Amino acid sequence: MTSETPAIISIRGLTKTYANGFRALKGIDLDVREGEILALLGPNGAGKTTLISTICGLVQPTAGSVTVAGFDIGRDFRKTRELIGLVPQELAIAPFDVVENTVRLSRGLFGLSRNDHYIADLLGRLSLGDKMTNIMQQLSGGMKRRVLIAKALAHEPRILFLDEPTAGVDVELRKDMWDIVEQLRQDGVTIILTTHYIEEAEEIADRVGVIANGELLVIDDKTTLMSRFGKKQLSIELRSPCSSLPESLAEFDVELSSDQSRVIYSYDTRAERTGITALLQALNEAGLQLKDLSTVQSSLEDIFVDLVASNRETGEGVA
Amino acid sequence: MNIEGVKAIYINEMRRTRKTLLQSVVSPVLSTMLYFVVFGSAIGSRIESVGGVEYGLFIVPGLMMLSLLTQSISNASFGIFFPKFTGTIYEVMSAPLSFFEIILGYVGAAATKSLIIGTIILITAAFFVDLRIAHPVWMVTFLLVTCIAFSLFGFIIGLWADNFEKLQLIPLIVITPLVFLGGSFYSIDMLPEFWQKVTLLNPVVYLISGFRWSFFDVADVSVGLSVTMITGFLLLCVGIVWWMFRTGYKLRS
Repeated sequence: MTSETPAIISIRGLTKTYANGFRALKGIDLDVREGEILALLGPNGAGKTTLISTICGLVQPTAGSVTVAGFDIGRDFRKTRELIGLVPQELAIAPFDVVENTVRLSRGLFGLSRNDHYIADLLGRLSLGDKMTNIMQQLSGGMKRRVLIAKALAHEPRILFLDEPTAGVDVELRKDMWDIVEQLRQDGVTIILTTHYIEEAEEIADRVGVIANGELLVIDDKTTLMSRFGKKQLSIELRSPCSSLPESLAEFDVELSSDQSRVIYSYDTRAERTGITALLQALNEAGLQLKDLSTVQSSLEDIFVDLVASNRETGEGVA
Repeated sequence: MNIEGVKAIYINEMRRTRKTLLQSVVSPVLSTMLYFVVFGSAIGSRIESVGGVEYGLFIVPGLMMLSLLTQSISNASFGIFFPKFTGTIYEVMSAPLSFFEIILGYVGAAATKSLIIGTIILITAAFFVDLRIAHPVWMVTFLLVTCIAFSLFGFIIGLWADNFEKLQLIPLIVITPLVFLGGSFYSIDMLPEFWQKVTLLNPVVYLISGFRWSFFDVADVSVGLSVTMITGFLLLCVGIVWWMFRTGYKLRS
């Protein structure tokens, strides 16, 4: 996935103000690349679901434009919606429907003729092969979520939206869900998922966007994002504890651990010079003997918390 | 036009009808039979003919209308209310379907079901009375337009209602009294003069009168007026539904 990959979804200046005056989206600009997995991170009420719902046609935008594969979601709604599958956050199911019928209904709604072979194959891939004739309300929560995925995929969409796919799902099923997403990516489906599980984004996404307060604070490749915002810490274990740091180390961003056995140095991985060599030299000159070295990189979680916190303080985007 | 989408909604709705066959088809037929026994035979035998039509026969169009109206409204309102209630409506709203296609699916299915019930009642009636239909084409036309208009009306109620109580409210406190007082069981000239005038404010009077005319060639009000009223009601419903979808009323925020 490179930045030259064409955008399958283009969002420009998307704004949504609800009837009660709440501004859920404040001018979002976003390009989703074909075939990627994009994770949208954000706290509750950040605007993630509003953004997804607008692209899918459930919410009418106040201003701005959204195109899917070059088609406008308003003017050419048939063309754009045919390309999109949506798995909603809520477990919205018709309790008395039979699994295969409800998936068949979804396929029909999106304008495709009946294809029992495809549906049976799809349900099989989602480990629902033996549940085809079950009534929805007989299924467990995890199974219901799989059926919702099957419904979203029933019309062979090129884009799949997963709104909080693993909210309230146990660890095993979450892993299963990630496998399903990976399999879909291999089939060439573009996937946009919202989550507030950072590990989920870190695990499966190619790119990560952070939304807070109706604004897209940052969007970047996962690794770039981590190195861009990521601070590294170098932990230097001393052979013998020292009571205070020598004055010669004052120019470095260092501190002594509480047990006085380690010197912690924070540095920016993006900086041209990290200062590590100079620090080690200074330590050596100060007569401190080193026992071991280790580095820790901040996780997406730290980055996310920092971004959202700074957004609250300044009230404006970072990126 | 997304024909497959319309078909999918229609088939799904008709499947629901099949699953609840007892409740949706058998019960209206049973209650109609009870009306025939009580009003047609027991009480009707002591009532002289109305406008030259034997009483048991006279009540057939009114009884059909009673079932058609209540069934059309309850089918269509429940059909759209339930997906709203369970949240599954998101799928229909995010599908490549125009509002016309969504209505065609839901209202088409509700109207079909009413049509089936109306036909069954008609057949049932034939076992009790010596049925005759003076203007069959008009009879079918009234039947069809009534099913469609009141299914549309039910669809509006289903969209408007945000709880089960509201869903029952209009059929219970508005429609049932209007149908009973609309001349289902009597001709309006049987009423005192003052009430004859009041009853003309009831739109169902025109509906039943027109439908009865198509059976027996006798009517309380002119047929032209009946046709105008039912067409007007149909257009009113179309207008309201069109407005609801245009504004995204309770469906799209």
